[in-house]
Amino acid sequence: MVTEKGTTAMPKVFYTLPDGTEQAVAATAGDSVMQTAVRNGVTGILGQCGGVMSCATCHVVVDERNAADFAPMGEDEDEMLDCTAVERQETSRLSCQLVLAAEQSVRVTVPEAQL
Amino acid sequence: MSTTGRLLVVGAGQAGVQTAGSARELGWRGPVTLLGAEPHAPYARPPLSKAFLQGTATLESLALRTADFYAEHRIDLVLGERVGRLDLSPAGGGTAITTTGRPLPFDRLVLATGAAPRRLTLDGAGLDGVAVLRDVDDATGLARRLGTARGLVVVGGGFIGLEVAAAAAASGIPATVVEAAGTLMNRVVSPATADVVRDAHQASGIRVLTGVRPVRFLGDGRGAVVGVELETGERLPADLVLTGVGACPRDALARAAGLHCDRGIIVDERFLASDGHTLAVGDCAAAPAVSPGSDATARLRLESVDNAVEQARAAAATLLGSPPPTRGVPWFWSDQGPVKLQIAGLAGPDDDAVVRVGKRPGQHTVLRYRGQHLVAAECVNSPAEFLTLRKALAAGTPLPRQVAQDSGTVLKQHFAALSAGGNA
Repeated sequence: MVTEKGTTAMPKVFYTLPDGTEQAVAATAGDSVMQTAVRNGVTGILGQCGGVMSCATCHVVVDERNAADFAPMGEDEDEMLDCTAVERQETSRLSCQLVLAAEQSVRVTVPEAQL
Repeated sequence: MSTTGRLLVVGAGQAGVQTAGSARELGWRGPVTLLGAEPHAPYARPPLSKAFLQGTATLESLALRTADFYAEHRIDLVLGERVGRLDLSPAGGGTAITTTGRPLPFDRLVLATGAAPRRLTLDGAGLDGVAVLRDVDDATGLARRLGTARGLVVVGGGFIGLEVAAAAAASGIPATVVEAAGTLMNRVVSPATADVVRDAHQASGIRVLTGVRPVRFLGDGRGAVVGVELETGERLPADLVLTGVGACPRDALARAAGLHCDRGIIVDERFLASDGHTLAVGDCAAAPAVSPGSDATARLRLESVDNAVEQARAAAATLLGSPPPTRGVPWFWSDQGPVKLQIAGLAGPDDDAVVRVGKRPGQHTVLRYRGQHLVAAECVNSPAEFLTLRKALAAGTPLPRQVAQDSGTVLKQHFAALSAGGNA
């Protein structure tokens, strides 16, 4: 996988879908991993509430190597992850809370279901 | 089922965008045209009365999809045009004529025309400073006026009105909410929840008046609003008035084309209108009720992101002849300053309210029962409990009233124990 560093400051997100395929999306700094998925048609991340922590339909499992790249979760996010459609894992997050910085590259896995 | 025909989606809001995208995802191969009346690329509406007013969201940040998405999915986005007339062929197909006279021929048509804000016909309704909030142009104007407003009166104590009042209060603008019914949000929540929400708004300095109607808007003699007169004779000073008194489905086009409409375009469970060809989704559609305890023969029109997205996905499945997706329980949210309100399911005024006190201050849940059956949940500042209840409602997991009544029972643990027992 080529990361195209140097030519652009755009963050990049690699989504591993439930069927095992990977979708790479160039993102915009300041957008979340959820917004990036929804706007680019990555299926399996719904983000119905638009990122205000009301729906928990943007659950992802962050690659262990990227788990520390984001601000830690708050109490509400932690509690909501206990109630996701697919059971949470060690590095589960609500992707609306994962805000991308310039040149950041991150891998996440999309669970089987969100609702 | 032919998937090579021309698909026309009229309306580029949440429902229209999802219909076009889902049709492509499911394998529609023919040309797809998505027509939007607004000049702006499709955007999310819910933040208009929240983050957008507070300056933490922009039109760009609200985009529903990137420009590349439409290009990659071969969705021809036509903006700034609206359909003036529909010619429907009895065999299916037809032509939509835009108000500029442009013909858009189609083989399948989906109407996602949304709803328009209901306007009050009181004296002075046309005064400068009397506003509604539905689209981003409304929100831009409202945000500008809020920047200089000295006093806001909101007519209508529903989601949008309360969200705007909370935004104004957060900016230090004196705000009064006037609601004709006895409680706030009376069509969507129980009086118990309405009272908790009212108390929270009053604690933030918002004046809340219920059970009273406005009779006229007062002008300064030069065309600008200066206040609202109530039926009690009281005059509330305001240089900005927002009316948030509901919305009416945009079904005139469908009606004129001969499709059956009754407070919305009437559709069946596959979202087919009365001609058996045209589909309708989202705010404009009156569809069979799908909530726990609902009468499946009743037609309901819901205004929510969840409803728009779920109906659009189901309509796309109808177009492609695919199996319909599983429908979750309808749900709604409203962020009103200190109040995070989430509702799952649909309750009526006759349903019982079981109140649960939250662990933390400001948390509150009301469970709505019809007899022994849980039909809806209303949660304030309790997003995790909301998710637990939404899941239970969607799955039809029973929750006995005596369990619900005990605020000490952690619902998540109760359901977890149930499913462990069920698997043993």
